[in-house]
Amino acid sequence: MSGFSVTEPSKRQKWIAGILVITYAVVTLMPLLWIIATGFKSPEDSISYPPKVIFQPTLEGYVNLFTTQTRITPNMKDTLAEPDSWYEQIVRDKNMVIAGPSRYGQRFLNSVIIGFGSTFLSIFLGTLAAYAFSRFKVPIKDDLLFFILSTRMMPPIAVAIPIFLMYRQLGLSDTHLGMILLYTAVNLSLSVWLLKGFIDEIPLEYEEAALIDGYTRFQAFYKVVLPQAATGIASTAIFCLIFAWNEYAFAVLLTSGEAQTAPPFIPTIIGVGGQDWPAVAAGATIFLIPVMIFTIFLRKHLLRGITFGAVRK
Amino acid sequence: MSGKVVDTLAKATPPRLARKFKGLSDRAIAWIFVAPTIFLLLAINIFPLIWTIRLSFTNFRVNRVNADVKWVGLRNYERILSDPDIWQTMQATAHFLFWTLFFQVLIGFALAYLINKKFKGNDLWTTIIVFPMMLSPAVVGNFWTFLYQPQIGLFNYVVSFFSGVDPSSFSMIGSVDLAPWAIVIVDTWMWTPFVMLICLAGLRSIPDSIYEAAECDRASKWRQFWTITIPMVLPFLMLAVLFRGIENFKMFDLVVQLTGGGPGSITELTSINLKREAFEKWRTGYASAYAVILFVTIFGLASIYVKALNKVKER
Repeated sequence: MSGFSVTEPSKRQKWIAGILVITYAVVTLMPLLWIIATGFKSPEDSISYPPKVIFQPTLEGYVNLFTTQTRITPNMKDTLAEPDSWYEQIVRDKNMVIAGPSRYGQRFLNSVIIGFGSTFLSIFLGTLAAYAFSRFKVPIKDDLLFFILSTRMMPPIAVAIPIFLMYRQLGLSDTHLGMILLYTAVNLSLSVWLLKGFIDEIPLEYEEAALIDGYTRFQAFYKVVLPQAATGIASTAIFCLIFAWNEYAFAVLLTSGEAQTAPPFIPTIIGVGGQDWPAVAAGATIFLIPVMIFTIFLRKHLLRGITFGAVRK
Repeated sequence: MSGKVVDTLAKATPPRLARKFKGLSDRAIAWIFVAPTIFLLLAINIFPLIWTIRLSFTNFRVNRVNADVKWVGLRNYERILSDPDIWQTMQATAHFLFWTLFFQVLIGFALAYLINKKFKGNDLWTTIIVFPMMLSPAVVGNFWTFLYQPQIGLFNYVVSFFSGVDPSSFSMIGSVDLAPWAIVIVDTWMWTPFVMLICLAGLRSIPDSIYEAAECDRASKWRQFWTITIPMVLPFLMLAVLFRGIENFKMFDLVVQLTGGGPGSITELTSINLKREAFEKWRTGYASAYAVILFVTIFGLASIYVKALNKVKER
């Protein structure tokens, strides 16, 4: 770029813009920082007035999140042996003993199983369909693609009624498989549209050269196209994973025990005497941090993902 | 049905590509590749939708499986469209839709405009601003009820810090006047980055040469903004509004966690109302008709909007 340009903002403009944007970013980040901070507060600190910014950090919230506890009398406390781990010590200090693990671990594991299962399936099916849509001439291609997209416009509650009935008939309600299939179907619209865009960008010549070299179309697909589309496939996968990870409406309506994921579970965490906010915040922190990390990986393809490939940079 | 679709699809494959190399023909490959997707979507989206439409003409109730299922024709539809409670939820939804879109477009565009000034580190701050929209609305919405607590909540504290109002004197989610705004604030907090990202793409798509030409013609900055920047970003902005509009029309998770539709039914958006009819009152037939009406409304509005969007793009 040359020294002078009419479109380059002045130094002063950049400064003002920078300060305003950073101010917004700090304000918008406050609730998230507050979630993380609350996770390390004691229940008393979490509900103090004025809200405490500086506090003695404790892992009590995390211990409460992962365990169920029973209250013991001071007499009984004296008869017990010294706690042999730091988390038992935290619990003992409140005149409680650990009765067993809470259900959070299980719910989190469900989120992982369903998230990864449905991501794998929607990427697998989506890549195949996207390849076909991208490379073969299809007479009603636009209609089919629009049909795939339109499935996304349905309010989840609206389709939940018959899916609820259907799953009950098939024995799929409250199962991992049922939720994986459901999230796969919802995510297919995203994966087909995004992946078609990514595959469209791979020059046709590569495959033609491979075909002339004696590759079959299958070989050309997985030896030439797939490696070329790897980045696109990876970012599409992260988008699918984040959707399945965050989904709430279907999860709350169709699962209750076995296959319940974390989002419907976290708000139900109740401590002794009212909602245990440090435990809720701890659960939320563990649940939200992976998505924030993924967002950083995704930043180059973010725009494409959120617009189903309609806007590309 | 799916077989037929894929068949025509395969037949249309150009002969050059359809030549057999070793192994399967292209036609077969197209068939094999598209069929599973179409099949799954038919099974989990279209079949349930048809079932919903069928149920919407009956008085079926899930919690009374043995009761007689009667065909009631259009009665469910008549009852819904003449029910004042439904119009009340439609009003709540309209209020939510209008103000969330208004604030998100305003703030989102302003942010994109500022970020486009390319100050140092703008990429980093853009990524930070994007965080809220990637997170689980239910989990975040639930935590916002804590921020909104009178007295101890961070939100009330900050408001009282700047305005001097007693933090225990108002409850964002407990008051009939404030609750509709409480959900607008959280949705705006969460989704402004979405509009911002799309606007940013729009701003970055404008070639410098247009501004340079305008500068040669001595057009003022103000005039450049209204005659170049705004018209060029408009299609992007409209696309952002389309996406947010559809999402917020279906809004469920965030608001159900924040207010649960309350106090009373002041923030009971259509999806929350529908959930109540279908899964609490178990009026399955009635709720199905309701779902069909909602879907048709979303689909209809979106189609009209897309037509308008294409017109703007053509200009």
